Amino acid sequence: MLSLGSVGAKSTKPSFVSYVTPEEIKLEKEPPKIEKHPDLLPGEVEFCCANPILKYTQDDMSQRGIFGTLFCTNFRVTFISDEKSQEETTKTFKNKLYGENDIPLMCVDHIYGVYDEKKKLITGGLVKNKYPSKMIIHCKDLRVFQFCLTFTKEEDAKKIFQGIAHHCLEERSLKCVFAFSYSGTPSPEMQRKWETILFDSPEDWTQEMKRTRANCRLVTENENFELSQRLPKYFVIPSALGDLFSYQGKGFPIWCWSHHSGCALFKASLPPVTQEDGDFQKHLDIMLNAVAHNYLYSAKTEDLSESLPTIQDIQQSYNKFKQFFLIENSTDFWLSDVKWFSSLESSGWLDIIRQCLQKAVEVVECLEKDNTNVLITEEEGTDLCCVISSLVQIMLDPYYRTLMGFQSLVQKEWVAGCHAFLDRCNHLHQKDKECHSPVFLLFLECVWQLVQQHSPAFQFSETYLTVLSDSVDVPVFSTFLFNSAHHRESVMKAESPLAQSSPLSCPTVWDWSVQFDSKAQNFFFNPLYSEKVKHEKAVRKAHKPKHQRQLSLPSTAFKPPSKKGFFKDETDSLKKILRVKRLSRWMGSPDSPAATTRGFYESWKQRPLDYHGLLLPCLDGPAVRVWMQRYLRWIPEVHIMGGGSVAVMTKLMELLSQVQDLKRVLEQRDSSQAVKLDHRPYIQHRLLSFGSSGRLSSSFPFAYSRNRSFKPIIPTGLMQSLMVTDSLASQEDEASSFVSLV
Amino acid sequence: MGRARVEGLSSCALISCSSVCRSTKTPVKANFLFCQRNWFRIPVFVVLYYIDFCTSSILMVLKYVFIVCVSTAKDVTYICPFVGPVRGSLTVTNYRLFFRCTDREPVFGLDLPLGVLSRVEKIGAATSRGDVSYGLACKDMRNLRFVHKEPEDSLKKSVFEVLMKFAFPVSNNMSLFAFEYKQVFPENGWRVYDPLAEYKRQGLPKESWRISKVNDHYELCDSYPAALVVPVTITDEELRRISSFRAKGRIPVLSWIHPESQAAVVRASQPMVGQNGRRCKEDEKLLQAIMDANAQSHKIFIFDARPSVNAAANKMKGGGYESEDAYQNAELVFLDIHNIHVMRESQRKLKEVVYPNIEDSHWLSNLESTHWLEHIKLILAGALRIADKVESGKTSVVVHCSDGWDRTPQLTSLALIMLDSHYRTIRGFQILLEKEWLSFGHRFQQRVGHGDKNHTDADRSPIFLQFIDCVWQMTRQFPAAFEFNEYFLITILDQLYSCLFGTFLCNSEQQRLKEEVPKHTVSLWSFVNSQLEEFVNPLYVHYPSHVLFPTVGIRHLQLWVTYYIRWNPRMRPQEPVHQRYKELLAKRAELQKRVEELQREAANRTASSSSERAGSPTRSITPVQTFV
Repeated sequence: MLSLGSVGAKSTKPSFVSYVTPEEIKLEKEPPKIEKHPDLLPGEVEFCCANPILKYTQDDMSQRGIFGTLFCTNFRVTFISDEKSQEETTKTFKNKLYGENDIPLMCVDHIYGVYDEKKKLITGGLVKNKYPSKMIIHCKDLRVFQFCLTFTKEEDAKKIFQGIAHHCLEERSLKCVFAFSYSGTPSPEMQRKWETILFDSPEDWTQEMKRTRANCRLVTENENFELSQRLPKYFVIPSALGDLFSYQGKGFPIWCWSHHSGCALFKASLPPVTQEDGDFQKHLDIMLNAVAHNYLYSAKTEDLSESLPTIQDIQQSYNKFKQFFLIENSTDFWLSDVKWFSSLESSGWLDIIRQCLQKAVEVVECLEKDNTNVLITEEEGTDLCCVISSLVQIMLDPYYRTLMGFQSLVQKEWVAGCHAFLDRCNHLHQKDKECHSPVFLLFLECVWQLVQQHSPAFQFSETYLTVLSDSVDVPVFSTFLFNSAHHRESVMKAESPLAQSSPLSCPTVWDWSVQFDSKAQNFFFNPLYSEKVKHEKAVRKAHKPKHQRQLSLPSTAFKPPSKKGFFKDETDSLKKILRVKRLSRWMGSPDSPAATTRGFYESWKQRPLDYHGLLLPCLDGPAVRVWMQRYLRWIPEVHIMGGGSVAVMTKLMELLSQVQDLKRVLEQRDSSQAVKLDHRPYIQHRLLSFGSSGRLSSSFPFAYSRNRSFKPIIPTGLMQSLMVTDSLASQEDEASSFVSLV
Repeated sequence: MGRARVEGLSSCALISCSSVCRSTKTPVKANFLFCQRNWFRIPVFVVLYYIDFCTSSILMVLKYVFIVCVSTAKDVTYICPFVGPVRGSLTVTNYRLFFRCTDREPVFGLDLPLGVLSRVEKIGAATSRGDVSYGLACKDMRNLRFVHKEPEDSLKKSVFEVLMKFAFPVSNNMSLFAFEYKQVFPENGWRVYDPLAEYKRQGLPKESWRISKVNDHYELCDSYPAALVVPVTITDEELRRISSFRAKGRIPVLSWIHPESQAAVVRASQPMVGQNGRRCKEDEKLLQAIMDANAQSHKIFIFDARPSVNAAANKMKGGGYESEDAYQNAELVFLDIHNIHVMRESQRKLKEVVYPNIEDSHWLSNLESTHWLEHIKLILAGALRIADKVESGKTSVVVHCSDGWDRTPQLTSLALIMLDSHYRTIRGFQILLEKEWLSFGHRFQQRVGHGDKNHTDADRSPIFLQFIDCVWQMTRQFPAAFEFNEYFLITILDQLYSCLFGTFLCNSEQQRLKEEVPKHTVSLWSFVNSQLEEFVNPLYVHYPSHVLFPTVGIRHLQLWVTYYIRWNPRMRPQEPVHQRYKELLAKRAELQKRVEELQREAANRTASSSSERAGSPTRSITPVQTFV
């Protein structure tokens, strides 16, 4: 097709270079008017629509696009092309809830309007005036959509623009979120196979304590949120802690996880400062004492709000960082490519990731090397505490590196642990900027770094993490919709009668069948995962039930729980020390923490790598990387045709399926011998016909490079890129044989 | 385990030692012949040579080789930037430097060929305690520092002198170790590249291209190979005339031809246009002939690798670029790749940033300030444009820089890797290096400075390193498209500096023949091809006629950590993906064997009872190819 510039009256003809041939424009004038409508989800309602809208394709610099209809519903903004597209049917990794031209309302990050060549950020105020010629939508999953509104009737354009702006940007109440209108039937699949532990019953907690052999006390007094609305429904505290009804439910050391040695990790919010100073101090002492009583009378505390960036810092840094990936056109891309590394650094995002991992390693060191109880504290106790405690558990406990284990961990620490998802993710577009922060994303970023460095240790793939990070902004799941357990329960109760007396059906995000069919779900599994070799168990002393944690360092001698009397004298002196110290930095480590953990990391690295033992990240500069799959997947300029990790993955999957086939043949063959079946759910690895992988791009399974010929992307503006100013550039290659230039 | 220690004492005579190698159960006989002339005016009497059979493959190679230990010093401190001072003994042979610590567990050692040293210097004056400290700057991105106690001892003082002597044999009028290395391999690597066979593979000669013998005796151009492919319509006489118009006589000749479109990749040096805009009718005719040889296109692209400013500045010195007036139908494109000095400076900065310690908080901006990846990006982008013109545009291209031996081979060889899957195999890559780099006269001797102590030489530049880096970037982007693995690339770079093999010696084909390098030295490919399994990428899938277009955005380029930062123990790579893959391959082979056994068993049983069903269920299994 040709590109042509057609200039004309504003209402009918485009005032810019367009991809449409004159024939197409003519076709459009006598519209066939086959009303196209989106396939609405159960409970989805259409608000407004406009036709024709030109959606620019991002593939190259020219202002090309596709005509179609733009809809706004209570769930999403969706664009339906006038042309019949074939790709949708061939997709192997299709999200059932929204397609590539759908933007869930909660996923909209910013909307820009182009008024007379000027790009303006749309806020509530601008909407009233007039509609822009071009609307640019930046999504939270980093997609960028550009729609041209000049082809459609004026009132339609106004309506659709105002509709979208209203539903995406205006502050609204929680009950307007689509999840409460969604009436999809819960699939039975969820119950079928592997269950994620939701930690919403006392049994789940008892089970978890049993698994980690924790010696703590389950608190059920908050079942009806009488202790505090900020506290989880059920939680576990050190058994030494007595009185619970003080300090408005703040400042409890809440148990996270127990190390096999007996020491444990606790987290706590800080007691309210309104208390008199003496009381505050007394409370801290009680807290520390209770923690120390858990094991060996040793405790370390760390105030995360002192040593880690604040949630506002995190928000600011991420805002800068994500801009590098919201690319609107090729020119922008190549321009930003030049200063890529320094802009990356200036955002500070990778540094925040490093700091969090670093802190987690410090805590791991205390638990693993010194066998000390650790108490991490923070103002609310539900932001960075969650990040650090979850990371520590992933590093120490191989169970959390399985898919189900990881999901259970997110439930335990984040969902049941009352992370304020609603405020932090800003699902309701509140104007109060203070409480927004991508804390959960930060956690996923840290996990990704671990996955990247120690791929065979994780049962889930980076695709899984990317999908999970996207799912936070899909307003169908109850998982990430509330600020606390109390909030969840009260809202669910209040909203239930609205749904015509039927029980409110909000699926959890862990029910992946809501979004993906089972074939697509296979991409969540890491073909490189090195499963536990079974005979290894026999070597070890005791046979442990499934999911029982392995001794993470075989070399560390297992210390039996101490007899309390023996340590009596030490305890007293320790108590004195504890009384003197306030909650502060690590006690008794004069070196900078980075230097001490460096030694810990190095000694770990010298040992043979055990994927089912302790896992530590390398934190040196080059080792902390950008999560390419998440951030670069929509940018056509960086898609590697026929390359990328998908090439390795397809190869591995093919091989795995061959191995599995052979295994099955063997099992069929010698059925006389009792061959023990694989514990792992059977995964069909032969997902892609292998020949096709040569044409897949590195962005697979997310963006599909459609109908693009197999052409390279030639960078533009290279000249600006390299400003070599010194005299070397003008020197001649043969320095010796020529007189140098003046 | 398998360590044979051969020790002997002698003044200056022939000594024989024999020992039994425990791992191979073969007797190792070592004859140490000391030169009668006293090399160093110091008593050399300790022969201490460890043959360690398990540390590295290079050592395996060395097991029958005479390495003369020339100096050993005990009680040397190696100032390791990562673990601190390490005490041990330092041994220097005529090939390598060997340090073994004595006071540390686990045993720590250093073992490097002397060829890798670019500079040996004393640091500071002798202190009051009498310590002598000296630093070794290496070409492979590291620096070593040793401290001696008690320098009064003449023996220990000598280590420095010995180093100065054997690290820089060329400066001392000695021959490189490659000429003494006599290992015999089952394959002769010097036979890997046969120019005529390679041209034949490309279908040459054909109707519009012929193989000219005009440079048979290197008279037309001493830095070009003997066999040149030129258009049939150009006579040898015309070629001679063109050679005076192109810098260093490096005329436009064919590198590669597209099997379908007949679009050709042609390489040359800059035309000697000068300030007056000199023209050469024959040269213009040659380019026209190149264009005419490809019926698919009525255009020819000339890629000048330099920035246009530099190309224009070259006019002052008689050089320049093709004017579009003189060359009709030709389009000139500048690729903005900087010269060898800029690249050298960039490498120097890179070394500063990565060795020994990395500043975590400023890592990215430090990396950016070296411009290393930007240069890589420009080179890859240039090659990509060339490959695109040939593949998508079906147009012939001429590539040149100033002399056509630095940026030109970078660009042509990368474009060829993108275009021709043959060059992505292990043997194909060897042929590519032999052809584009060695036979077309990349000045390895000058650029690397083999055995030359003049470390400030302005002719040194990491041109070849950049090329290998670019190849590595491509292997990262296309993990299944290359038959070789990362270790293959690292081995090539290590052997580039080691001077163990003759492959990268000298500046041109002519020089190598004159010095009889193939006769007296061993080719690197003899070594590589004798243990191919080490270098095979288990993920490799052969796609014939599959063109690779890499992404050149800096977002997708990475610093080659496992090469540049490999000395840092913290950055030691984790178990690579292909390790797991190899395990799976082994598992599959094992299972397959088991299935076959059972099948055979079943077949026997069926034969006896003959009432079983005919179709075996295992038939449905896809036939399994063997990759390794």
